[in-house]
Amino acid sequence: MKTALRIALFSVRDVLRSKWGILYMLFFFLATEGLFRLQGDTSQVTISLIGLSLILIPLTSIIFGTMYIYYSREFIELLVTQPVRRRTVFGGMYTGLTFSLITAFVVGVITPFVLRGAHTPAEWSTLALLLTAGSCLTTAFVGLSFYISLLSEDRGKGLGIAIFVWLATAVLYDGVIMIVAYAFASYPLETPMLILAMLNPIDMARVFLLIKVDMAALMGYTGAVFERFFGGSQGALVSIAVLLLWTVLPFWAGLRRFARKDF
Amino acid sequence: MIKCVGLEKRFDKLYALRDVNISVAKGRVTAVVGPNGSGKSTLIKSILGLVTPSNGYITVDGIRLNGEWEYRRMIGYMPQIAYFPSNLSARDVFHMVKSLRGVMGSPETPHIEAFNLGPEMDKPSRVLSGGNRQKASAVIALMFQPDILIFDEPTAGLDPISSRQLKTIISEQRDAGKTVILTSHVMSELDELADDVIFLLEGRVEYAGAVHDLKKMTGEILLESAVAELMKRAVNE
Repeated sequence: MKTALRIALFSVRDVLRSKWGILYMLFFFLATEGLFRLQGDTSQVTISLIGLSLILIPLTSIIFGTMYIYYSREFIELLVTQPVRRRTVFGGMYTGLTFSLITAFVVGVITPFVLRGAHTPAEWSTLALLLTAGSCLTTAFVGLSFYISLLSEDRGKGLGIAIFVWLATAVLYDGVIMIVAYAFASYPLETPMLILAMLNPIDMARVFLLIKVDMAALMGYTGAVFERFFGGSQGALVSIAVLLLWTVLPFWAGLRRFARKDF
Repeated sequence: MIKCVGLEKRFDKLYALRDVNISVAKGRVTAVVGPNGSGKSTLIKSILGLVTPSNGYITVDGIRLNGEWEYRRMIGYMPQIAYFPSNLSARDVFHMVKSLRGVMGSPETPHIEAFNLGPEMDKPSRVLSGGNRQKASAVIALMFQPDILIFDEPTAGLDPISSRQLKTIISEQRDAGKTVILTSHVMSELDELADDVIFLLEGRVEYAGAVHDLKKMTGEILLESAVAELMKRAVNE
């Protein structure tokens, strides 16, 4: 455990040195600040931030994570020749990178909110939900990226798969859902739609956030199904549970693969 | 003592090692030789646990390797090509390895002096020359005074002085009772250092035993000619 923390600290230092982490934080700071200046109203800002986070967090996490593993190849090869468990190496790097990205996101978003001070408790709690969902998405997509980077030694290929996974979950998924809904319109679609929604962490984050914010218009097809099936608070509970599952599963699969990898 | 029993490694359909049964003795320098792609590095990496065998097993001091990691505390490893995180200096890397092992103090100092690495300590590793990276890598292998030392092509890329220095260190380590495994393309170098030799050809062990026995068997004086003779016989069979 101590060794894993040490490795995590090396990773955090690495991210800080590479300056990408700082840039990422700066981006969220400027985006939030900009939204405040343009829209002024806190709940409007939060809604816009939700839309932005749902697209951007998965993209940056998956690309950053994939590149990070390829870029750290030497570091990894040095570590695995030392008396350290493979799981410790993988877990340490995962913790370090996830922690860096979540911190950058949270600090970047929260600073403009704090600078403005006066928000209602409801506005604060919506922000808290956004930060929670954003952190879960970061964790899930870093996990996916680590797994992807273990699939191929070829950086180009790994990055290609990463971008494709992002495209599929963030953009293409809604289209597929619409096609399925349209093609099978005369069948009972509730259960398949629920399953389809659970298969996509971004969808789960969206459902979780928008059920709570009560913005049915933005929820999309799967969100609407979710709300109808589970109702408001139970729907939120189910979606966050599935989202949490998504933070663990890709990491676990990557860990298994890494433990057997030949160097 | 390191033992390989029925060791086999397949990469897809390609055999890197086939039915390797060897033991590496304590207090001796064992040279692993063979043409390119004969499985030397795979054998070494299997002992280090970097490569998981497809079949068979390895024991190190009686510990059977199966995802074990503690035993690597006994091993110092110098890889064929030393890579370090590009923005870390040699000092950072030494610090990192020490903190991973929970070692205090500066066990690396005498080795840094031996290789005259002092002036290079704070340069980021991406600007270090290949030779200096090799030296830093040798320091990492040696600094924890491990019982087993594994050198993969250690003198490739080293200047003559450092190369001499490293060879002296290897003999000293052997005399101190350490187990040393060594690969090299330079046979004359192995002639100087090796007590035992393992000759690999297409992943199979063609010969494993003492160097002088091999020379007697082939009637040759130089290790290079003896290995060449072995290879000729293997091909003719």
